[in-house]
Amino acid sequence: MTAQALIQMTNVGKFFGAFQALKGINLQVSKGERIVVCGPSGSGKSTMIRCINRLEKHDEGQIIIGGKELTDQVEDINAVRREVGMVFQSFNLFPHMTIVKNLMLAQRLVRKIPKAEAKATAMEYLERVKIPEQADKYPIQLSGGQQQRVAIARALCMKPKIILFDEPTSALDPEMIHEVLEVMTDLARDGMTMICVTHEMGFARSVADRVIFMDAGEIIEEADPKTFFNAPKSERTKKFLSQILTH
Amino acid sequence: MSFDFAIIVDALPKMLMGIGLTFQLLIISAILGLTLAIGLMLMRISGKWYLSWPAQVYIYIFRGTPILVQIFIIYYGFPQLEFIRDSFLWPMFRDPFGCAIFALTLNTGAYVSEILRGGVLGVDRGILEAGSALGLSVRQKFIYLTTPIATRLALPAYGNDIISLLKSTALASTITLADMTGIARTLVAQTFAPYEIFISLAIVYMILTWILQKSLGRVERYLGRYMEK
Repeated sequence: MTAQALIQMTNVGKFFGAFQALKGINLQVSKGERIVVCGPSGSGKSTMIRCINRLEKHDEGQIIIGGKELTDQVEDINAVRREVGMVFQSFNLFPHMTIVKNLMLAQRLVRKIPKAEAKATAMEYLERVKIPEQADKYPIQLSGGQQQRVAIARALCMKPKIILFDEPTSALDPEMIHEVLEVMTDLARDGMTMICVTHEMGFARSVADRVIFMDAGEIIEEADPKTFFNAPKSERTKKFLSQILTH
Repeated sequence: MSFDFAIIVDALPKMLMGIGLTFQLLIISAILGLTLAIGLMLMRISGKWYLSWPAQVYIYIFRGTPILVQIFIIYYGFPQLEFIRDSFLWPMFRDPFGCAIFALTLNTGAYVSEILRGGVLGVDRGILEAGSALGLSVRQKFIYLTTPIATRLALPAYGNDIISLLKSTALASTITLADMTGIARTLVAQTFAPYEIFISLAIVYMILTWILQKSLGRVERYLGRYMEK
């Protein structure tokens, strides 16, 4: 099992100056697994997933993605990034490009796919996130929910083996959260390996194979959703759940 | 005091003969200055002290001294130096046009490099992170993301500098060049009518500025078409 793990984090630590953002993180994710990460703000959830595609550099331990260890080697980092897609809280679409060009850029530059094929792939994924009619608009002309669906499609165009979601619905108006979660649920059904930092506990319950609770840079609890929500072991988990579920 | 329109009618065509030289000064030093500015800006943001430090010193010197003084140093000062007279650069520094272009270029380059740096620093970090996450290299991010976005961000301030440069070209008249201002000064010496001639000269500069403003506005709208809802 461990040998085939798509993501293997061993004893990973990360510092921002003197502040320790991650402590002894051990995490294995195998192909097709859907992981939800939750925890209070500042607990290191985002930092942890940002280490997986090297947006943050870990200071201790080892991260192996699809058999490749993340080191300072640029080739290794690029090889890993080709396999790992990411969706951000604030969408981060390229504002100066139309939607379809947003989806084509990395295909063309990184995967060296010919223009026509890149465009066809882009349209295919826009279809999939249900906004093909927006292809020639600019990001600013779309609603937040639409922009986030575009961002998901942009990640999918690179045919990643894993997608990381960093609070994908936190910047959205309530009525738009649903359309994004729907796309994510579809992806999960199709067997995409996903790690999702989110506070959408409904999504965690229905989609996740495992829920991870983090606090103060450590993984406190890790369980299947049923156990996690019904019988949390740690006091900190119980406290966190009581805070977010009572509303 | 009377305002003699006959003098203006007579002087205007003569001054406009200098418009070609004004444009040459403006266009050549704008293009060379922009090239210099890009180089300086790249040095400044390189993160390497041995590149950033000289760029900073350069920018400080040229922003810290009046352009008129820079023109005088180059035109009157450089010919005193033997190694310049002996070098291949002598034909340029012997010629007032060469000196004016040199001074205007060095000056605008210093200002524009800071304008460009402002644009580059204004690019949202999240957008560059998205580029990284998609596997774009540092160079690809700079070419396809930073450059177009920073260009749009820097454009209003850059336009301001171009308009300012147009007016700076008038200083070339102090080193014998017959640009519009140079011709105007000669006409004033001949007619003793400074009021009419300088007013009409001012109006010509205003018309040129208006044309520049409108063109820059068009470019801004074109490059900023993605910012409109």
